[in-house]
Amino acid sequence: MSKSFPYFALLDKSKSKTVLMSKILKIHKLEKTYTSGSKKLTVLNDISFEVEKGNTFSIVGPSGSGKTTLLGLCAGLDRPDSGAIELCGTPLQDLNEDQLAQLRNKEVGFIFQNFQLLPTLNALENVSVPLELQGAKNATKVAMELLDKVGLADRAHHYPSQLSGGEQQRVALARAFSNRPSILFADEPTGNLDEETGEKVVKLLFELNQEAGTTLVIVTHDLELANRTQQILRLKGGKIIMNETTAVS
Amino acid sequence: MAWRDGKASSSRLLLFMASIILGIAAVVSIQSFSENLEENIAIQSKALMGADFIIDSRQLPNEKVQNIIDSLGGADASEVNFASMAAFPKNGEAKLVRVRGVEGSFPFYGTLETEPASAATEYQASGGALVDATMMLQFELEPGDSIKLGELTLPIIGALKSVPGSSAISASVAPPVLIPYRFIDKTELLQQGSRKEYQYFFVAPPGMDLDALDRDLDPVLDAENADLDTHKVMSQQLGRSYGNMGRFLNLVAFVALLLGCVGIASSVHIYIREKLGAVAVLKCMGATRKQTFLIYLIQIAWMGLAGGIIGTLIGIGLQQSFPLILQEFLPFEVEISLTAQPVILGLLLGIFMSVLFALLPLLNTWYVAPLEVLRVREGEVVKSRRARFLTFTGILLFIFLFSFWLLEDGVFALAFVIVVLITFSILAGIASLFMKAIKRFFPTSWGFTSRQSLLNLYRPNNQTMVLVLAIGLGTFLISTLYFTKDMLLAKTALENSSDSPNIILMDVQTEQREAVARTITPKGLPLIDNMSIVTMRMHSIKGVPANDIRKDSASGVREWVLNNEFRATYRDSLIATETLAKGEWTPEIAPGDPIVISISDNIAEDAQVDIGDEIVFNVQGVLMKTTVGSIRAVDWGRVQMNFSLVFPKGVLENAPQFHILTTHTPDEVSSASLQRELVKKFPNVSVLDLRQILTIVENILEKIAWAINFMAFFSILTGVIVLIGSVRNSKYQRIKENVLLRTLGAKGKQILRITTLEFLYLGVIGSGIGILLSLVSSQLLATFVFEATFVPSLTPFLVFLPGVTALVLLIGLSNSRSVLKSPPLEVLRKEV
Repeated sequence: MSKSFPYFALLDKSKSKTVLMSKILKIHKLEKTYTSGSKKLTVLNDISFEVEKGNTFSIVGPSGSGKTTLLGLCAGLDRPDSGAIELCGTPLQDLNEDQLAQLRNKEVGFIFQNFQLLPTLNALENVSVPLELQGAKNATKVAMELLDKVGLADRAHHYPSQLSGGEQQRVALARAFSNRPSILFADEPTGNLDEETGEKVVKLLFELNQEAGTTLVIVTHDLELANRTQQILRLKGGKIIMNETTAVS
Repeated sequence: MAWRDGKASSSRLLLFMASIILGIAAVVSIQSFSENLEENIAIQSKALMGADFIIDSRQLPNEKVQNIIDSLGGADASEVNFASMAAFPKNGEAKLVRVRGVEGSFPFYGTLETEPASAATEYQASGGALVDATMMLQFELEPGDSIKLGELTLPIIGALKSVPGSSAISASVAPPVLIPYRFIDKTELLQQGSRKEYQYFFVAPPGMDLDALDRDLDPVLDAENADLDTHKVMSQQLGRSYGNMGRFLNLVAFVALLLGCVGIASSVHIYIREKLGAVAVLKCMGATRKQTFLIYLIQIAWMGLAGGIIGTLIGIGLQQSFPLILQEFLPFEVEISLTAQPVILGLLLGIFMSVLFALLPLLNTWYVAPLEVLRVREGEVVKSRRARFLTFTGILLFIFLFSFWLLEDGVFALAFVIVVLITFSILAGIASLFMKAIKRFFPTSWGFTSRQSLLNLYRPNNQTMVLVLAIGLGTFLISTLYFTKDMLLAKTALENSSDSPNIILMDVQTEQREAVARTITPKGLPLIDNMSIVTMRMHSIKGVPANDIRKDSASGVREWVLNNEFRATYRDSLIATETLAKGEWTPEIAPGDPIVISISDNIAEDAQVDIGDEIVFNVQGVLMKTTVGSIRAVDWGRVQMNFSLVFPKGVLENAPQFHILTTHTPDEVSSASLQRELVKKFPNVSVLDLRQILTIVENILEKIAWAINFMAFFSILTGVIVLIGSVRNSKYQRIKENVLLRTLGAKGKQILRITTLEFLYLGVIGSGIGILLSLVSSQLLATFVFEATFVPSLTPFLVFLPGVTALVLLIGLSNSRSVLKSPPLEVLRKEV
C-alpha cells in the first residue's frame, strides 16, 4: 500500500517546515477543572511534559484519566485553567480563537476515533478541506495524491456513508496529512475498528508519519500501540504517573 | 413510557407544537367570529331592518300593490328615499346625500341614534332634518344650522349616528338625511328619471308566519315590480355574504395550518430517526411493534392536544379584535361571545392534524428491526407501501372533509384539495429542480465557503424542502395578494386626462339640458358626455311574457333581468369601453322601421337571447317591440357610464327621458365650486364626484386587503416557526460540522460565511419561487377572474424578496449563535 511520497512536492514550499526548536510541544503545570452543578471535578492536575520534534508520543491511561482532555488542550481545542502550552514555538495562551484555528490549519493534523468526516462531502473533498481553508490552489490534486497513497483513489467520489469504517479512517488519515502538519494528534485512531483493519491503519499512520517527518501524539488505551511510540505518558486520575521513553527509535 | 420519553425531549416537542398553534388560532378565530356574526345577524335582524318586513317598490304602488298593503292592515310606517344634492347655506358647500322621507314612527326595532338623543323623536313633530353625523363634522355643521334639499330649506335638528338600513359604506358615498315625509313634495326633487325607492314598513302581528308570507306574496309583488323582504330573509342574505368572506378567510387560515402540519411531519421525521436506535433497543428487550408505535403516537397526540388548546385560546382572544378590523363592513356592533363549536374544532384539529401528518414518519418505529441495535443501517427504514398509501389517503380525505365542512360544497372542496396539492407539488417540484440545478451547475471554481454552504443544503436529514415550502408558500400568498390588490386598484383607477370624466351630473331634465351645459363650459371645463336615458322594463322575451318566465323554473332566464328597471340610451356609435362581440351595429333607423337594438353580453347571457331574438320593452307604459341586432362586450370595470341596452337613433327621442352629462374637473376646488353652482341653479341635479367614490373604493379595498393580509400573516408566522424548528433540529448536526471545520483550522469568519450563505440560498430560493409562482397565479386571476391585463409591479421583487430573505437570515443566524460559538473540544467529547 505504501508508495513514494510525491505529494509533498506539490505543496507550497514557501511554507516553513523548518521549525527550529527541538521541542515541538511544551506543557507546563497544566490544570483543568470542570464544574458540574456545584461540584468541581479536576480532570487534569499539575501536568508537565515535552515532546521532541519528529518523535512519536503516546498518552495512555484508563477511561476518565483525562487523556482526551489533555490532547484537546495540547492541540488548542480548549483552554486550561492554569499552566502553559507551547505548540510549535507559540504559546497558546497568547492566541485568540481565530489565531488558534490558523495555527491548527498550518501546523496540526487530527485523527479521531469516530473518523469525523463531513457527511456532505465525498472522500476527495473531505481530504482537501484543510487545504481549501488555506486557499491552496492545488488542493484537489494534493488530495487525490493522498487518497492514492492510502489506497482509496478509486473511492474518491464516495460519500462517508458509502465507505466502511476502515476506509473512513483512511480518508481521515489522508486528510490529517493533507496540510503537511508539523504535529499530528490521534485520538484512539483504532478504537472503532476491528483488529485487522486497525492494524492496517496504524501501519499506514506510522509510514506516513515517518515519510513526512511529522511529530505524532496518540491517545490510546491500547498498550501495544503505545509501545510502538518513542515516548509514553501514563495518566491516572488526571495526574502523570509515568513518563517513559521506550526502546523504539 | 411515552411520558418519560417525551419529558426528555420536551423542548423539541414544544417546538413541533408551535408549528400548528398559529394555524389553529387562525381557524378558530375566524370560525368563532363567523358564528358570532351569524348569531348577531339573526338576533339583530329586526333591528337591522327596523321592522318585521318591508314592501318596497321603485314607484308609487299601483292598485294591486296598494291592495296588498291594505290587506296587511296598512303600513305601520313608510318612506321614500332617493339620492340628491344637499346644500348647506352656512358655508355654501354641497354634497350628494340620500334623502329619506319618513312617515310614522320608524324604526320599530333598533334605534335612531342621534345627538342630541331627543332629536330622534322630535324631528317628525318639529319638522327638522337629521343629518349624518360624519358629514356634519366634515362640513362643520351644528344642530340649528340649516340644510337645503331642492327647493326646501330645513333646520338641522340633530346629528344622525346610526339608522336601520344604512351601512358605513353606503353612508360614505351618500350620507343619509332623514326628514319628515310630508316635506318631500316641497323639495320638488322627485322628477322624471329620479331613482327613488318607496318602502313600507310593517310590524307583524303575533303568530304571523313570515316564511309563508314571503312564499305567498313575494312572487305576486315581483310581477308588479315590487318586492317583499322579511327580516329573516334579509338576515339570511346578509349572513350569506359575510359567510362567503368568512369561508375565504378560513381557507387562508387552513393553508397556514397545513403549512404548520408539513412542518410537524418534517420535524417528527427527524425526531423519530433519532429515536430509532432506542426503538430497536426496546424491541430487543421484548417491546411489541404496537407498544413502541404507541409510545410516540401518544406523545404526538398530547402535543397536538396542547397545540390545539393554546391555539384555540389565542384564536378566541384574537377574534375580539375582528370587529375593529371589519367595522366598516358591518352594519351593527357585533357582540362577541364564546361558542362551543370553534373550541371543539380547535382541539380536534390539533390532535387529528398532528397525528395524521406525523403518521408517516411514525410508521418508521413500526418497521424498524431489533437488529438495528447491532448494526445501524444507512438510509430509510423499509415501510409497507400499503401503510404509506393509507396514510396519504387519510391526509387527503381529512383535508377534503374539512374543506367540505367549511365550504359546504363538494366540488369546491375537491377543487381546494387539488389546488393545495398542485401548489405544494409545484413549490416542492420547482424547489427540487432548483436544488438539483444548483448542485449540478454550481461553479466548482468558487471558493470553499460558497461551495460548503451550498452542500449544507444537502446534509443528511436536511429540511431544505420543508424550509423552501414554508418560505415559498408564505411569500406566494403575500405577493399574490399584493398583485391582486394592485390589479383591482388599477382597474378602478381614474385616468387623469382631461377627456376622461370624473364628474357625473345625473337626473338632468330635458329642458335643463342646455342650461346645465352652459353652466359647465364657461368655466373652461369640457362637456365630455351628454347622454339621454330612458327607463324601461322587459315585458316579454322571445314572445314569452315576463310573468310566465318567472313561473318557469327551467327557463334559465335570471330573475333580476325581469325585475330590473333598465336605463337605456340611444346613440349612433360605440364608445371606448365597448367592442362589438356579435351581430351588426345599427347607428340609426328611419321612423317605422323595425327597431334593432344592441345589448351587452351579460344581458344576452342572463336573458338567454341571441342575435335576431325579440324583446318587448315596457317604456313607461308603452310597449315597444325590438330585435337584438348586436351584442357588445362592455368593460364594466372602467369608471365610465356604460349601458346594457343601446337603441339606435331615431326611436327614443320623444320618449320621457332625462339626461346625464359628464365633465372633468382638474381638482377638488373646481369640483366643489361647480357643485355649489349647480345645486343653486338646478337643485334636482345630482352630482357624483368619482374622485370621492374612488377614494372610498380604495379605502374598502385597503380594508379587505388588510383582512386578507392579516390571515396571510399567519402563514408567514407559521413559516417562521417551522423555520426555527427546522434550524433547531439540525442544530447538533451543524455544531458537529462547524466544530470539525474549526478543529481543522477554519476561522470564525469562514464558518459565519458558510452559515450566512446557507440561509441566504434558502431565503432567495424560497421567496424567489414564491414570487414566481404568484406571478403565474396572478396572471391566471387576471385572465379568468378579473379579465384585466396584469402588469406586475416591482414591489414584491424589490421588497418581499430581500425582506423575506433578510428575515430567514436573521432567524437562521440568531438560532445558530450557539453553533458558531461552540468550543472545538466538543467534537472529541461528544458523539452527536
